[in-house]
Amino acid sequence: MKNFTTLSGPAAPLNMINVDTDQIIPKQYLSAISRAGLGKGLFHDFRYDMADKEKPDFILNREPYRDAKILLAGDNFGCGSSREHAPWSLDDFGIRCVIAPGFADIFFNNCVKNGVLLIVMDEAKVGELMALADNPQSCQMSIDLDAQSITLADGSSVPFEIESFRKHRLMNGLDDIEITLQKNAEISAFEAKQKAAMPWLYR
Amino acid sequence: MSDPKTLFDKVWESHVVAENDDGTSLLYIDMHLTHEVTSWPGFESMRNSGRRLRRTDALLAVPDHVIPTINQAEGIKDELARVQFETLLKNCADFDVPLIPLLDERQGIVHIIGPEQGATQPGITLVCGDSHTATHGAFGCLAFGIGSSEVEHVLSTQTLVQKRPKNMRVAIDGELPLGVSGKDMILAIIGAIGTAGGTGHVIEYVGSAIRALSMEGRMTVCNMTIEGGARAGLIAPDETTFAYVKGRPMAPGEADWDAAMDYWRSLPSDPGAAYDKEISLDANMIAPQVTWGTSPEDVAPIDGRVPDPAAASDEKQRDAIQQALDYMDLSANQPIEDIKIDRAFIGSCTNGRIEDVRAAAKVAKGRKLAAGVSAMVVPGSGLVKAQAEAEGLDKILLDAGFEWREPGCSMCIAMNGDILSPGERCASTSNRNFKGRQGRDSRTHLVSPAMAAAAAIEGHFVDVRSLAS
Ligand code: SF4
Repeated sequence: MKNFTTLSGPAAPLNMINVDTDQIIPKQYLSAISRAGLGKGLFHDFRYDMADKEKPDFILNREPYRDAKILLAGDNFGCGSSREHAPWSLDDFGIRCVIAPGFADIFFNNCVKNGVLLIVMDEAKVGELMALADNPQSCQMSIDLDAQSITLADGSSVPFEIESFRKHRLMNGLDDIEITLQKNAEISAFEAKQKAAMPWLYR
Repeated sequence: MSDPKTLFDKVWESHVVAENDDGTSLLYIDMHLTHEVTSWPGFESMRNSGRRLRRTDALLAVPDHVIPTINQAEGIKDELARVQFETLLKNCADFDVPLIPLLDERQGIVHIIGPEQGATQPGITLVCGDSHTATHGAFGCLAFGIGSSEVEHVLSTQTLVQKRPKNMRVAIDGELPLGVSGKDMILAIIGAIGTAGGTGHVIEYVGSAIRALSMEGRMTVCNMTIEGGARAGLIAPDETTFAYVKGRPMAPGEADWDAAMDYWRSLPSDPGAAYDKEISLDANMIAPQVTWGTSPEDVAPIDGRVPDPAAASDEKQRDAIQQALDYMDLSANQPIEDIKIDRAFIGSCTNGRIEDVRAAAKVAKGRKLAAGVSAMVVPGSGLVKAQAEAEGLDKILLDAGFEWREPGCSMCIAMNGDILSPGERCASTSNRNFKGRQGRDSRTHLVSPAMAAAAAIEGHFVDVRSLAS
């Protein structure tokens, strides 16, 4: 799995609450059996008009935000559908960190699995970062996960919190499945006990 | 005596295989449901890594999202969707996964067929790569949606690494007024707690109004728990639950029934069990609900009005309301009853069960669709369709001008060609009124089946209770 240590680049503000995963990546990108090229569909309806032309006003269609690495968003980002296409499309576009006051639970888990760092920060602080990001002169930010800090364009830094287990997984790009498979004996023991008590669950 | 426990505590604790040092738990998964859209990465990765599927008897697959709801026998025309559908068939064949194929009478939306087949049972852990897995919590099992990476984790290990969520209690006491359904109840709850109200929690629904619901109504309530931010909703199992489960193909048989019942009866929350968060609602006060905006929390009673952004409490709220009104082409303070519709959609895992079809047919009986309105009813499974046809509901609906389709997700997600055109306004019994959900620039109002049928008959939203029966 991809790991996450540091990240530098433009931060793009998306000042909207309740951005759902249908908006992050709409349904027409869900029929394929491939993750490739999903970055093109990221925020599709915001980015393209009905004729599939770019909308020049949308933040990710403007310089320098076309190369955004960080997204600043409103509360409850990633709500709705469980589609893992949401982190896949962010990652494919180049955005590997989202900062918001809150995230929906399934999206949260999906991001960890794909090496995308989500930072939960109180609304006022996110607002301050958005104001900086709004200006192309001050939109550059650098994230150091180990140090848990964001360095801003003026050289000052902002600390952030993250649960230790998520930090550990992201830093090391751990493959959960490999780790769990090492507990095979415990899983088998659980199954043996459950099967004795509830044989109907084993068909 | 040990501490009193909630239903959630009991199911969670009895499924912990190991506690990890980092505060997460390794949780055993008893049942895994899967469909074509989110399962392929897991199978692909198992093939690439040479990992095996741990259990084939705790897995059930069904195609539902991309399949057409007319002329199913002719197959899938869209090339990408067809390949995805065929990939599911191939994966199930290669890995020996039980599959309910297209054209089988048992086929339908994954969250409808799980309960119908008896795969959904009290006290188990159940997952599916789909956020509306919350539906199954109506049986008192811990059921939640997962992403594709987690799907693969379950395929390979039959477990998941999870952080224990918190407990939230939502009590609805009293009696729902006649004509008000489980759908109105859950919309009112989401209106009260907001779409992030349950984030990080599992919600247990309690109270006399919940107990009075049928299994269909309970599933509707639990289904939209995810729209309230919680991954799982739970309702304690009772006689209604046991009667529903008994005799289903995958349910415990005669030999095991008593042992299963002993376990199931031990599940309800103990008196005095603690919750991290609690809210209560009076069922008597719930009117039929209609969403006006682009988030499920944007909801109003049928006799209410579209909100005025100017009256919002802060700037963020004002912007959010204004954006929603612009997208929905509504004006501040407009009465909900004045909103005219173009289409109605009755179906989905929220409202595609037999009781929902009955509710729509009851309203449609002896009436005709309003001029210019088209409406479709999509049963949630082949079994629902057969039951409805046995009761003559298809005839009633067809006579009134509704379309009667074949089962699938259909216009809930609009991946199968059932889609709204830009600007079209739909009374929909599905669960998400997100921008573009039912088609780009389309406008979705979430309602109950009775309210959708009533709107289709009148051409605008109307209190279904005011239509003379
Ligand atoms: S009916 Fe809608 S919400 Fe339910 S599983 Fe299908 S697409 Fe998802």
